[in-house]
Amino acid sequence: MIDWLDVLIIIYFIIGVFFNFLGSVGLLRFPDVYTRLHAGTKCTTFGSIFLCLSVIFMGLKIWWDGDSNGSVLAFHTGAALVAILLTNPTGAHAIARAAHRSGVKPFGAVVDDLEKIPTRVKSSKKEGKR
Amino acid sequence: MDQEDRRMIDSTYFYIVLSLLFIPVILAIIRIIKGPTAPDRVVGLDTVNTIIIVSMVLFGAATKEVIYIDVAIVYALLSFISTLFIAKYLEGGEF
Repeated sequence: MIDWLDVLIIIYFIIGVFFNFLGSVGLLRFPDVYTRLHAGTKCTTFGSIFLCLSVIFMGLKIWWDGDSNGSVLAFHTGAALVAILLTNPTGAHAIARAAHRSGVKPFGAVVDDLEKIPTRVKSSKKEGKR
Repeated sequence: MDQEDRRMIDSTYFYIVLSLLFIPVILAIIRIIKGPTAPDRVVGLDTVNTIIIVSMVLFGAATKEVIYIDVAIVYALLSFISTLFIAKYLEGGEF
């Protein structure tokens, strides 16, 4: 006898593992830093959302069965999910900005629109000298 | 008896997912080794960190221990800080 929540948990497992595989395959196959960052960050974040949701549902199921340890499991997994969702795009943005400022060009790029924008590093140097 | 049986099935599923998550980590480590420039290696490191956080959460759920999930939260924040500092270093800027 299979509970319907078990079926939901297994479906979320399949979605999460599939998107983690897609992220790492894109990390290997794409030709460029920025496209690799796109694959390796978005797909991994999406897969980790579904894996953490499956753990939250399992904790709620344990709590429903009468063990109060399951609610602690669910809430702490929610905190870990919030930490992943806050830190992962911010780190990806920092890596992309650092890659652009350290002179890595996109694959097959002809025009760089961000080239004429003055970077903040030089202005901070000027501010530091006064 | 019935509840114990269902929980055992769930923990075996968690271990199967954990063993499947080793393969993306290995592919990302191949990217870290091969990567032509330094930002490529940082991208691979970020991917490895995210997958390790998720597998820590899954391991804590498989063994019903909440302490692994607390370790995963702290690991997420520390890996974020290390990624920011490596990005600042790659920019060549001052802190």
